[in-house]
Amino acid sequence: MIEVRWHGRGGQGAVTSVEMLALAAIEEGKFAQGFPSFGPERRGAPVTAFNRVDDHQIKLRSGIYNPDVVVVLDESLISLVNVTEGLKPDGVLIVNTTRSAKELAKLLNYSGKIATVDALGIARQELGVPITNTTMLGALIKVTNVVKLDSVKGPIEHRFGRIAQKNMNALQRAHKEVKLNYK
Amino acid sequence: MSKRIGMEVAIAAAEAAALCRFDVAAVYPITPQSHVAEHLSDIVADGRIDAEFITVESEHSALSSAIGAAGTGARVVTATSSQGLMYMHEVLPIASAMRLPIVMIIANRAVSGPLNIWNDHTDIMHERDTGWISLFAQNGQEVVDMTIQAFKIGEHRDVMLPVNVNMDGFQLTHMVEPILMPEQEEVDKFLPAYKPYAMVHPDTPVSMGTLAMPEFYAEALKAKDMAMAASRKIIAQVWKDWEKQFGRKYEPIEAHRAEDAEVLMLTMGSMGETAEIAINELRKHGVKAGLLKLKLWRPFPFEELKKLTKNAKVLVVTDRAVSFGGPGGPVCGEVKAALYDEPNRPKIVNYLIGLGGRDLTISDFVDMMKRAAEATKKMPAEAYEYYGVRE
Amino acid sequence: MADKKGPETWKEMNPGCMVFRPGSSREYHTGSWRAQKPVWQNEKCIKCGICYIFCPEGCIKEDEEGYFVADLNYCKGCGICAHECWPGAIKMVEED
Ligand code: SF4
Ligand code: SF4
Repeated sequence: MIEVRWHGRGGQGAVTSVEMLALAAIEEGKFAQGFPSFGPERRGAPVTAFNRVDDHQIKLRSGIYNPDVVVVLDESLISLVNVTEGLKPDGVLIVNTTRSAKELAKLLNYSGKIATVDALGIARQELGVPITNTTMLGALIKVTNVVKLDSVKGPIEHRFGRIAQKNMNALQRAHKEVKLNYK
Repeated sequence: MSKRIGMEVAIAAAEAAALCRFDVAAVYPITPQSHVAEHLSDIVADGRIDAEFITVESEHSALSSAIGAAGTGARVVTATSSQGLMYMHEVLPIASAMRLPIVMIIANRAVSGPLNIWNDHTDIMHERDTGWISLFAQNGQEVVDMTIQAFKIGEHRDVMLPVNVNMDGFQLTHMVEPILMPEQEEVDKFLPAYKPYAMVHPDTPVSMGTLAMPEFYAEALKAKDMAMAASRKIIAQVWKDWEKQFGRKYEPIEAHRAEDAEVLMLTMGSMGETAEIAINELRKHGVKAGLLKLKLWRPFPFEELKKLTKNAKVLVVTDRAVSFGGPGGPVCGEVKAALYDEPNRPKIVNYLIGLGGRDLTISDFVDMMKRAAEATKKMPAEAYEYYGVRE
Repeated sequence: MADKKGPETWKEMNPGCMVFRPGSSREYHTGSWRAQKPVWQNEKCIKCGICYIFCPEGCIKEDEEGYFVADLNYCKGCGICAHECWPGAIKMVEED
C-alpha cells in the first residue's frame, strides 16, 4: 500500500488531486481512498489531503501519519508547515519549486529523497493560472508509478470538461520535467 | 451488472436514493451531510428522475415536509446530521407513529457543545427511542446498499416504519473509494414501485396524525413497537433477497473470527474496518481475538448477540457516544441488558472512543484488546473508560 | 348495532391510528362543551363574514339572506366570533 499526503492552500485544488488519483487507481481495478483533512476549509489557509492506493481492499480508515510520499503544491508552505513530518525514511518529498533538491534538503534539514518540478511555471504556461494540482499529479505519477499516466485522463476529462486538455498537457509536462534528484 | 466506480460516499448515497426513484426529497444542508443534499438537488434539477426537491428553511421543516409528502403516498428521502437531526427530533416519533416509510441518510456527527463538526455517534443515539429502524454502514458500499435496502424494509406492509441509514461523517461522507453501483434495472427489480398503505387523496380519504386519548395511547405505542419487532423478520428477508441478487451478505451483527474468540470487540460504523486489521494482527500473535460489527441498532439484535458472545470470556464494547451519569455508552447499556439473563456471558469492558472525530489507529484497537482482560478485573460493573483521554 | 367507540386491543388499531371513514369527526359533538352560546343580532350585522372565518370549529354557516348562524351541535361556545365581530352583532349568552 502506498500512502500520500498532499499539502496545499485552500482553493489550490489539493482535494481535487486526491480525487483524480483515487479515481485513476480505481479505474485500473486497484483499491484507493482519497480524502481531505476533515473539517472546514478556508481559502488560502494551509490544507492537507490524503490518498491510499493498494492492490487489495483497503480497510484502514485512520488518518495517515507516516506517508510514503508527500506532495507540496505551494512552495511557500515549507516555511509554515512541517511538510516532512512522519514521512517514511525511504519515502519521497515532491515539491513545486525552482530550487534544487540540494537547496531544499538544506532548507528543510531533510536527508531523504526529494523530487522537484517547476509546477508553477508549467501551470502558468499551460493553464494560464497558478493552480498546480493537476501538474503536481503528473510529477507524482512519474516518481511513484502508482498509476499509469493514461488512467488519469478519464477522471480529468470528466472533472475539467473543456479545460481538460490543458490540464493533461500540464500534467504530462510535469511528468517529463520532474527532476528525480534522489540522494 | 453493477458498475465499479470511484465516488465520494456522500454522493454515492444520493445516487443510491435516485436509483430508488424517490418522488420527493426534502433536505436542509449541514456539514458533513451537505454533499448528499447538494447532489440530491442536482439529480432533481437535472431531471434525471421525476421528483420534487423541496427547499426548506430548517431540518424541522425538512422532516415535516417529508411526512406530508409521504402521507400523499410519495417515496421520500431526507438527510441530515448532528444539530440538524436534533432540530428534527420533535418530528421523528411522529413520522414513525404515522407509519410513513421515509428514508433518512444520516452523516453521523458529534453534537455541540463544545462546538464540533466531526464524527461520532452522539446524534443518532439521541434519536434511539423515536421508533425508527436504524442501520449502520461500515463503508461506502454498505451506504449504497443499505440506502436501497432501507426503502424495501420500511415500505413492507408488516413494517411501515421510517428507516435511517447511518454513515460516519467525514470518515465516510468525504471519502472517495471504490463502489459497486447497481444498475437501474437491477434496483427496479429489487425494489418495485411503492404501493402505499394509505394516501391522502380525495379518492382515498383518510385522517393521519390523529389524537389518541389515554385509553388508546398505550395500544398505539404497542402497535408501533410490534411493527418494529416484526421488522426483524423482514430485514432478514430483505437482506437475503439482496444477497441473492447482488451477492453481498448482510447480517444484524457481522462476525469476524468470532467463533473461537476469547476476547471479542464490538464496533459500530466505519471504525470496524480498522478494528478488523487489529484483530488479524492479534490472531497472528496467537491471541484468540474476534470482532462483532453491529449493523442493526434498532431493532436491536438481542438473539444474535447472545449467540455470538456465549463462548467469549471478555467483550470489549466500543461506544462513540456518552450517556452522562448512565452506563457509559448507550451501546454498552444495550449489550449488558441483552446478556443479563445468559448463564454464560462474557465480562464486559466499555471504552468510549472516537468522540468528536478523535482518530484511532490499528495500535489503539490492539491496545484496547490487550488491556481488556486486565480491565475487567479492575472495573466495577458499571464502569467505563474514556479511551485515550488525557488525565 | 352502534359502531364501537374505538379499537378494543392494540391489534385492532389501524396502522398509524389512521381513520378511514370520511367525515367521522362529525360524530364528535363539540357542542356538548358549551356553557355559553352565540346569538346573532342581524340588524347590527354588516355581513362581513369575519365570524365565519374565525370560528375555530368551522361551524358557522351563511343563511339564504347572507346572515350567519352557528350549528349548535358543534359550536363549543368559545366566544371568538363575538370577540371578532367588530360591529358587535354577536352576544354570548348563558345556556338555558
Ligand atoms: S362578524 Fe359580525 S358583522 Fe361580520 S358577518 Fe359576522 S356577525 Fe355579521
Ligand atoms: S362560539 Fe366559538 S365555536 Fe361557537 S360559533 Fe362562535 S367561534 Fe364558533
